Amino acid sequence: MSAVIAEGLSKRFGDTEALRGVDFEIERGKVLGLLGPNGAGKTTAVRILCTLLRPDAGRAVIDGIDVVAEPRRARARIGLTGQFAAVDERLTGFENLQHVGRLFHLRTPEARRRARELLERFDLDEAGDRVAKTYSGGMRRRLDIAMSLIGQPSVLFLDEPTTGLDPRSRLGMWDVIEELGRTGTTTLLTTQYLDEADRLADEIVVIDHGSAIARGTADELKRQVGGELVEIVLADAADAGRAIELLARRSCGPGKAEPGSDVVTIPVEDTTGIVPTVVRELDRAGIAVVDVGARGSTLDDVFFALTGHPAEEGDGAATPDGPAAGHDGGRSSKVEAS
Amino acid sequence: MTTATAGTYPSVEDAPSGPGWAVRDCWTEASRHLRALPRNPEVLAFSTIQPVMFVLLFTYVFGGSINVPGFGDYKQFLLPGIFAQTVLFGSTFAAVGLAEDMSKGIADRLRSLPMYPAAVLVGRTFADLIRNLLTFFVMLAVAFLIGFRFEGTLLEALAASLLLLSFAYAFTWVNALLGVSVGSVEAANSASFTWIFPLTFVSSAFVDPRSMPSWLQPFARNNPFTIATNAVRALYNGKEAGNDLWLALAWAAGITVVFAILAVRKFTSSTR
Repeated sequence: MSAVIAEGLSKRFGDTEALRGVDFEIERGKVLGLLGPNGAGKTTAVRILCTLLRPDAGRAVIDGIDVVAEPRRARARIGLTGQFAAVDERLTGFENLQHVGRLFHLRTPEARRRARELLERFDLDEAGDRVAKTYSGGMRRRLDIAMSLIGQPSVLFLDEPTTGLDPRSRLGMWDVIEELGRTGTTTLLTTQYLDEADRLADEIVVIDHGSAIARGTADELKRQVGGELVEIVLADAADAGRAIELLARRSCGPGKAEPGSDVVTIPVEDTTGIVPTVVRELDRAGIAVVDVGARGSTLDDVFFALTGHPAEEGDGAATPDGPAAGHDGGRSSKVEAS
Repeated sequence: MTTATAGTYPSVEDAPSGPGWAVRDCWTEASRHLRALPRNPEVLAFSTIQPVMFVLLFTYVFGGSINVPGFGDYKQFLLPGIFAQTVLFGSTFAAVGLAEDMSKGIADRLRSLPMYPAAVLVGRTFADLIRNLLTFFVMLAVAFLIGFRFEGTLLEALAASLLLLSFAYAFTWVNALLGVSVGSVEAANSASFTWIFPLTFVSSAFVDPRSMPSWLQPFARNNPFTIATNAVRALYNGKEAGNDLWLALAWAAGITVVFAILAVRKFTSSTR
């Protein structure tokens, strides 16, 4: 049986439909990534599963326990790491852990033993007896995750665990989460970062405006948009429309250019010999080109294909650092609501 | 990171529960705040300096020009009022502290644990009571230094002090409700002072209500804070407290029960 079952979860806040019947399951020992922009309904789903919010409709089950009917039994099986590092700054790392352990109704010696163990496991043993106020952002997050593990939960919820962290702490947090995944901690991870879901999740559910719009492994999702892409940097962004039209017969799907951007992306079945062809055709039409390159599709492309709005919006430039960033895969693409 | 141990932990069982655990949860939560108390001496210092300043200001700045019939020395009239006001101000920490827990996600974490949710509030109010007690002792010492005396028996003085603290405890629950209802620490802070100022100043704490304009008098006389202040003042001065004592205790008990129920209900359901 799946460790987590969400069935037709719906929740409305006033006029806003935060969730419109979302379904997913998490197999024991797997990491499910709930991917979507701000306001997509990710946190609402987590809050329902963590007994903090009652769904208007649908069912949420943890280890066979209905969270609405038996919230306290469900709470004994979950660990929640919310969007803010929920540590008491006035207490030391050890005291924070011990405190949560005691509230899990562990006997004091057991709570202390696990607290020490977790401090060591999360590289906090040296800082363990300092008050958390002195911790860096990354240390707080690690302590936060350690606190949600002290009850040895069956399911761990990580709600945007890297939001607000500097790039280095973020990579550190990824290592921590990857390690959790390797040790078979069933995890629900929400994120607005495509590369984060790509790297950490066994399976991804993309949600937008309260509905699940796609699901599958990162590779399956990437295949949905045709696999290979040609990315063209134009000298003049105004030529984007003409370029897409011109190359339409070479492509296997709709080309795209984000508004105001000089980058055009076109899905193709085969990239063999595509670069010279594109350069020739554009040159013949008098469209000046700065750069042309072929690459595999990223989750950014998946998101665009699925939602019709780019992964990054709001500042007008979808790919502020140009197409080169698409190749390295290490860039963090933040999904913003439209 | 050393090799993980999550996989080797035994399978999850239901967390034990029962009344004993409810009490232990309350204590666990209270100890979270009590442990932090000596680490923030500045909080204790400021919550003590302010009342000490009030004592000195009112006594020496206004003391000469304020005359209250029946009290030869204004200090004997004023200081019980200052005590009452200070412990009431001390009750506002609950609003700020809980608003902080709510906005920082600590409340969410606690609500997702298999503990008794009400323990978050009971523990908080209990720890605040202890802190208020400490402030009260400091203030009492300063009062004695400038010449305040128990004119009645020690038992009466003890009764007065207990009444003060139970009255403050009642208002801690009012502030607890505020803390779990408003969205931010700043809002909690200003929200509690908007009603505490009129409550404590439009009262018998500093002056005889008969000196106030007639339209203000009914409120000033029947304000629960006036009733408590009058009872406390009578007891410290060895006078007859009469009905004020029982009325003040009834107010304290009533406010505690009503607001504790409202606050717990709000805390456990505010996200539903």
